[in-house]
Amino acid sequence: MTTKTNGTPLLSIEGVWKSFGDLPVLRGVDLTIDAGEVTCVLGPSGSGKSTMLRCVNHIERVDRGYVRVGGELIGYREEGGKLFELSERAICHQRSAIGMVFQQFNLFPHMTVLENVVEAPIRVQKVAREAASARARDLLGRVGLLAKADAYPRQLSGGQQQRVAIARALATQPRLMLFDEPTSALDPELVGEVLETMRALAQDGMTMMVVTHEIGFAREVADAVVFMDDGVVVESGPPAAVLDAPAHERTRSFLRKVL
Amino acid sequence: MTVAAEAGSSTAPAGTTTPPVVPVRHRWRTVAAVAVGVAVVLAVQAAARNHNFQWSVVFKYLVDGRILAGLRTTIVLTAATMAGASALGLVLAVMRQSESRLLSGLSTVYLWLFRGVPLLVQLLIWFNFSALFPRVPFGGPVLASVATNSVISPWVAALLALILNEAAYMAEIIRAGLLSVDRGQHEAAQALGMHRGLALRRIVIPQALRVILPPTGNETINMLKYTTLVSVIGFSDLLYSGQLIYGQTFETIPILITVSIWYLVVVSLLTVAQGALERRINNRYGPARGSRTQRHA
Repeated sequence: MTTKTNGTPLLSIEGVWKSFGDLPVLRGVDLTIDAGEVTCVLGPSGSGKSTMLRCVNHIERVDRGYVRVGGELIGYREEGGKLFELSERAICHQRSAIGMVFQQFNLFPHMTVLENVVEAPIRVQKVAREAASARARDLLGRVGLLAKADAYPRQLSGGQQQRVAIARALATQPRLMLFDEPTSALDPELVGEVLETMRALAQDGMTMMVVTHEIGFAREVADAVVFMDDGVVVESGPPAAVLDAPAHERTRSFLRKVL
Repeated sequence: MTVAAEAGSSTAPAGTTTPPVVPVRHRWRTVAAVAVGVAVVLAVQAAARNHNFQWSVVFKYLVDGRILAGLRTTIVLTAATMAGASALGLVLAVMRQSESRLLSGLSTVYLWLFRGVPLLVQLLIWFNFSALFPRVPFGGPVLASVATNSVISPWVAALLALILNEAAYMAEIIRAGLLSVDRGQHEAAQALGMHRGLALRRIVIPQALRVILPPTGNETINMLKYTTLVSVIGFSDLLYSGQLIYGQTFETIPILITVSIWYLVVVSLLTVAQGALERRINNRYGPARGSRTQRHA
């Protein structure tokens, strides 16, 4: 696969630790993603992959370690050997450059599809309504749902809702997209349309980090596959290497179960 | 029975000979209906024939200027109280959920205090506030002060007591509403870069209203009746306006009936409005996919 290295990686996760109470979830995670790369994160449930994803946009606070997007430390500033949490305003600004798609879609049910997509551009980024609407319609066209612009989320199928959620996340023009098991809540026959949308996004050069159980998608679309277990990255590399010739027994036994 | 037979024949395929279904008959319901009917007729007769009711007086005062002024005051007081209590209740509910121990603690103490002391007692305390502090402001650096009694009119005492008390109840209703909104909604708003206040205003509160509005309707109906308490501080609400009249004319019972009729009228209107509001809330956001008649609890 192509590895586009041009200096600093777009996302770098360095020695990240995170516990929920006494329960350690991340135990020193290291990971980098270059601009334009798609990285799929695999692993059994409870391995910490979703938590790691949520640390990238500071929806979860890390206990130790660095998360950097485009070289900028997320959620903290470092001073005198300590990490001080940034103000809410600064964190919100960082978040609007990172798109996120959730397992449960989390569309705003009281807003139409179009209102969902223009909400953040208008309210957070202060884009004029006409410009935001035009861009939203363009995005809805790209995910094939322009005809549903005035529908409410609950009138859509799960697959359609997730495609709207992808359009909504793209509306703030992020340079990195996070996907948290985007197809796990979908009926099997609806998975394909969402994966197709994500594949098109990858082809357009979007940098993507995808927590998923879709091995086929990882094999076809990903530039790198990361296998996590028990709060650490067990191995990572091109999909052919990790999926077809895993070096670690833990990866092998996981793949035996899911394939 | 014909209905059951028709229903049976319309659903059964042609040629079936199974007998039609007859629902259980409730004979006691018929007996009870007759008994209640007789009782109602007797009661109405008794009321109509008893001259102490003085129905002509009741109807005369129904549109009396003083009664109507009292009615208007009651409605304005109820509306102002619910508006003020909702706003303060929202602040208290948000404080209660704050990560700051100080803010959530303050909110808890507020609820304990204003729900714990009877409303009538609170009303009397506010009305007699000048006995505590003869002049306001009563602390801090003072440039100018005024006599408390000139500030705490019956209107101010009534509004203070009702709003501060009702806010404690509204806080709990609003908190339940805020908690009813899925965590994923908060996270989606966060991930889009919305700060907490914006997420609350744009995403959480609009969805919480579905849970908040029905009990708020109940509170409004109750508040209309609780406002009668303000008659003890000489506030000219509907009840006190009636009391002022029968203090001079001694037509006590007829005027109390007049007042009761007006309360019933307004409560009925509010009940109808509440029902319409709830139907509107439940039918928002379009019909659900794949459901014929979607009904929410």
